Formats: sequence, structure tokens, C-alpha cells
Amino acid sequence: MHRPSQLRTARERPADVGDPLAPPTANRVQEVNGRREYNPVRDANPYLPHQARLVRIFKMVDNNWLFTFRFTDEGRARGFDHRPGQFVMLSIPGAGEAPISISSSPSRPEVLELCVRRVGRVTDALYRLRSNDLVGIRGPYGNGFPVERIQGHDLLIAAGGLGMAPLRSLVWYVLDHRDRFGRLTLMYGARTPETMLFRDELVSLVDRDDLTCLLCVDADPKGTWTNPICRLPTLFDRVTLDPARAFAAVCGPPAVYRFVLQRLLDYELPKDRILMSLERRMKCGIGKCGHCSVGYKYTCIQGPIFTYWDAINLPEMI
Amino acid sequence: MKTLKLPKRQLDFFASVLQRFGEIHAPVEQNGRFVFRHLDRWSDARLDYDRTILPPKKYFLPPRETLLTYRPERGYTPASEDLDRRIVLFGVHACDIYALNILDQVFSGRYPDPYYGTRRRTIAIIGIDCTPDEHCFCRSMRADDVESGFDLFLHDIGSHYLTMVGTALGDDMVLAARELFQEITRTDIDEYKRRSEEKHEQFRLKVEIRDLSEIVEMEYEHAIWEQLGRRCLACGSCSMVCPTCYCYDVLDEAELGTTAGRRLRRWDSCLFSSHALVAGGENFRASRASRIKFRFYHKQRGFVAEYGRPSCVGCGRCIAACPVGIDIIEVLNQLRGVEHASA
Repeated sequence: MHRPSQLRTARERPADVGDPLAPPTANRVQEVNGRREYNPVRDANPYLPHQARLVRIFKMVDNNWLFTFRFTDEGRARGFDHRPGQFVMLSIPGAGEAPISISSSPSRPEVLELCVRRVGRVTDALYRLRSNDLVGIRGPYGNGFPVERIQGHDLLIAAGGLGMAPLRSLVWYVLDHRDRFGRLTLMYGARTPETMLFRDELVSLVDRDDLTCLLCVDADPKGTWTNPICRLPTLFDRVTLDPARAFAAVCGPPAVYRFVLQRLLDYELPKDRILMSLERRMKCGIGKCGHCSVGYKYTCIQGPIFTYWDAINLPEMI
Repeated sequence: MKTLKLPKRQLDFFASVLQRFGEIHAPVEQNGRFVFRHLDRWSDARLDYDRTILPPKKYFLPPRETLLTYRPERGYTPASEDLDRRIVLFGVHACDIYALNILDQVFSGRYPDPYYGTRRRTIAIIGIDCTPDEHCFCRSMRADDVESGFDLFLHDIGSHYLTMVGTALGDDMVLAARELFQEITRTDIDEYKRRSEEKHEQFRLKVEIRDLSEIVEMEYEHAIWEQLGRRCLACGSCSMVCPTCYCYDVLDEAELGTTAGRRLRRWDSCLFSSHALVAGGENFRASRASRIKFRFYHKQRGFVAEYGRPSCVGCGRCIAACPVGIDIIEVLNQLRGVEHASA
């Protein structure tokens, strides 16, 4: 009988369990006093948040504000790098920690913009903070969008409701590296103009000629909306998609996945070029605490960006 | 592997030497069951124990542990309570050592957990062999013997313990009491093999793990999950006593009357209704059936995909602990469509 014990143990490879020779983790101290003994809990602690300052609060949408942070450590503020689609763990002193996707693009560095829905203990506490208050941030975590793979291809970004929060980073990443990508199409649907995230910024993209930006609302009770009033999947009637050279990035509530995915499959877009961003409960962000597992994958490590092919194969994914 | 033998009557003397390497913790009897605990005296140690209520993971991933403290003027600081405490864990069974080797994989990787990792280096492990009882199926899970993960491992060969030296620390322990140890002989090796054979024949529980991950995958819609969901109390006992369950919850606690506080983690269970609950109220595993299915799926399928083997070592604790008698062997056999096999 074969023995499936490809187990490598801590003692065979002590370098992996908090060892000084292990690959650097985010929190490695930069200055180690020569006589100070290396201590992984103090010197390479992945749970330790870094101090960041709340520099701007933009009351974008009711209960969906945009918060701008900057690390107090200058080196970290300038050195922080992430991929579109990644997230951070945000700590509010006294309240706790929560995973929040990064809404700003790495092409606009030095500050982090987080679009946060007021929905629980941690986010409640965040909404009570004022400019200049201090928080803790660690990360970035997760796989992010495979921008290297997307390069050279067309990209369709489809967002519904709050799904714009993680996709906005990708939108600006592509716009800021416009020559690396083919045709860019952005489709975003919200219930009303008042609940549309990044509305003014996105409306200003409608007239640009280096992308197709289609924005719609389900209803416009105040009569201020000059763009289409329709359901998000209807916007597909206004775009063309070349399945041979396109990627799609989708995020939104379950109904959006249901209808948008169907439209994409109708175009015969390959299932592994449909990318989706998922939300799960997370307590560590680094693949230990077990909460974010879907099927046999961890959202925090192998996600939060999954392909539609992953989704089909992972139970309870959407 | 360096292998010596230690006369059984010298074991207590060896234990006294081991105190130089840390506090001695061993299984002791408590109300008819066994727990790993700091020994007050060597005679309390019960090396003939069947299984401890909680596995040794409690030393490496404590049920409740402070990760960070918070002070308004200083921000977050790593906590290091008890981290430099040197312990010698005496009398750990092979399945539990195997389980720690599995946990090592989870707590290492790209983001090594420094709390677990530090304890793994400050806590020495002395293994001891055992006799399978009615709940043991470690042989089926290929965790009935270990090649690594211990400093010393003691095999009963009658008048002596055959002592395998697994690490440099283990060698130091032997050298600190070198007058007690003797070279092994042909007779000792033969006796070890004879007893090993005898032990393997004593397993009464057997489960086939070949193709198990594929079967669990294919039987995702099996009626058994709904049936188990109706029986399961979602008490989480199986997770708490499981030597390879590592899910934890993280929470912040404020110090009364101040703005300071601490962040701690505590054991969690995927059977608790809050396990997959996200902010805003969406629960990805709201039903008990989906949660108990997830527990089996993760151990027998998910972990295999991630780490190459099931995260079950066959210690039998979950069978012994379940208040409604859910038995992993029955579940796995039913999924496979075979009778409850007795070896």
C-alpha cells in the first residue's frame, strides 16, 4: 500500500517556521541591533498591523464612505505596493480587525483608499473616526487580478452595486498603463444614482475615448441621471466582445453573477478568463484561521480573485 | 536514526535528568480520563493512557492566546506571554506527533506563525508507543508511526524502552544521562519487530482512504449529509478535541476603563453557525448539514488538495467525544458504500 506521507516536518525544515533565514515577511524589522537576539514574534510577526493615519473621509454614498489612509512610517508609505484586487486587514483600535479590499490603484501610490460599507463592529468604529486618527493596517493579501496575464488582451469590467469597490483599482490600473492593454470596457450598474460608488469620477470617464464606460441605474427617482436607466445585463446589448482576446472581471451581488456570467458564456468567453472577486469571513488574511475556505481553497491566499472555472469546481462558491 | 535502549526501571531517573531541559508535562489521570499536565511528581505520569481529552496541540496553539496588546500611545505590540517557557512533553503518541507535523504545514509556509513556531522550538517531544483501543484507526490513516517530529521516541520492548533519537536536542538528552542507555542487540531488534507486528494486528477499526478525496467530492449531494445535519448538535466538540483542527477566531478585548486592550485568538469550529458568516448577515454555511459536510470535506478533500494528505490521523477522539455518536468511520464507510468493517 502506498504511503501518502509527503509530509515535511518543522524539524526537517525549521527554516519555514519563523526562522531568521525564512523569506522576509512584511513585518521584518529593518534595523536589528547587532546584539539583540532575533525573535520572530517581535521581528517577523505577520499579525502585527502597521500604524496608518486616516487622512481623508469622503462621504461618497450613505454607509459606503471612501477612507484614505497613509502609513505613518514614510518608508512604508512609499514602499507599499499591491495588485488590483488585493485586500488589507484594517484594525480599528478597541474594535477589531476586518478585511477590506483596496479601491486605489498601485499606479497611484503612497495612499490607500478603502471603500468601506458600514456593516459591523469594526466598520462602525471606523465611521466614528476623524481625520488624523490612527488605525492599523497589514497586508496587502490575496492574489489580486492577474494583470500580467490580462496584458495584451481586451478587458471587460462588469460591476454591480458595491462590486465596484474592488474593481475600481483595476480600472485605474489599466487606464494608467493604457498602452499595455487592448480595448477596455467598463459596465457598472447601481440601484440609483445616489447609491453609485465613485459616481462623479466614473461619469467623467463616459466621454473618454480610450475606454467604453457604460453606467446605468435601475431607477432614478430624483431625475438627475443622464446615462441609461436599465439593468446591468442590458448593457451587454451596447458592447461587442471578442472571446478570442478578452478577459472579464466581475464583481457584485449574486444576481449580477447569475446574469452577467450567462451573458459572458453566451459570448463563449473561456471560463478561465472570467475573473471574479469573492467576499468571505476572514480573521487572519494569511491562510491560517480557516474561516474563508470555500471548497478546498482559501479565499485569502488562493483568492479573493477566482476564475469562473474555479467557481464551478468549488462548492458553495457563489 | 540513532537508537539505544533504556532499562524501564531507570525511566524515573531519566525523567529527573530531563528536568534540566524544561518542565516535564505528561498524561495524568483526571476523573477517569487523561490530560497532559505539568507533573507534580513523576509517579503521577500515566504512560499507559489511552488518549488525552485534548491533544498536545493545546501547547502549541493554546485554546486562548493573546497575540497583540494595544496602547493608544504605542499602537499594537506583539504579546509574548509564556513563549520562552521550556517544556518537555513526555509520552506523546505517534498519531499526535503526526498531527503536529500536519499543523506545521499550516503554520509555516509563506506567512509563518511566530507564536506556533516559537513554541514548536521551545517544547521538546518525547514520544511513546501505544496499544490501539476500540476508537483507534491511526493505522488506516497511516499515522500509526512517525519518522520525525519527536526528539526521542520510546518503544516498549519488555524490560527496556528502545529509544529512537530524532533530533540533536534528543541526543543531548540522552547524553545527559548516558550511563542509563545501552547499545541495542539483535534480540532487541527482533523483539521490536515482533511487538510491532502484534500491535498492527490489534486494530479493530479500519477505513480505506484510497480515493477518499474523490469519493467525498463525488458524494457532495449524498443523503448522509442531511441525516448528519439532523443529528449534529453543532457543539464543536469534535473540532476542539481534534489534533489537526486549527481554525481560530480573533477578537479584541478592551481593558475596562481605559482605551488600551488586546487582540486574542481562541479556538473556533466550522460547526459553529458563525464560522462562515460575513458582515452584513450573509452566511455561506447556514445549515448544520452544510457545516458538518464542510468539516468532512475539508479534512478528507480540501486538505488533500492543499497539503497532499487528509488532515485526520485516526486518533479516535472525535468518536469518543461526540455527544450524539457521530462516528467518522461509519460516515466514511457509508460514503464509500461498504459495511462498517472490523479488522
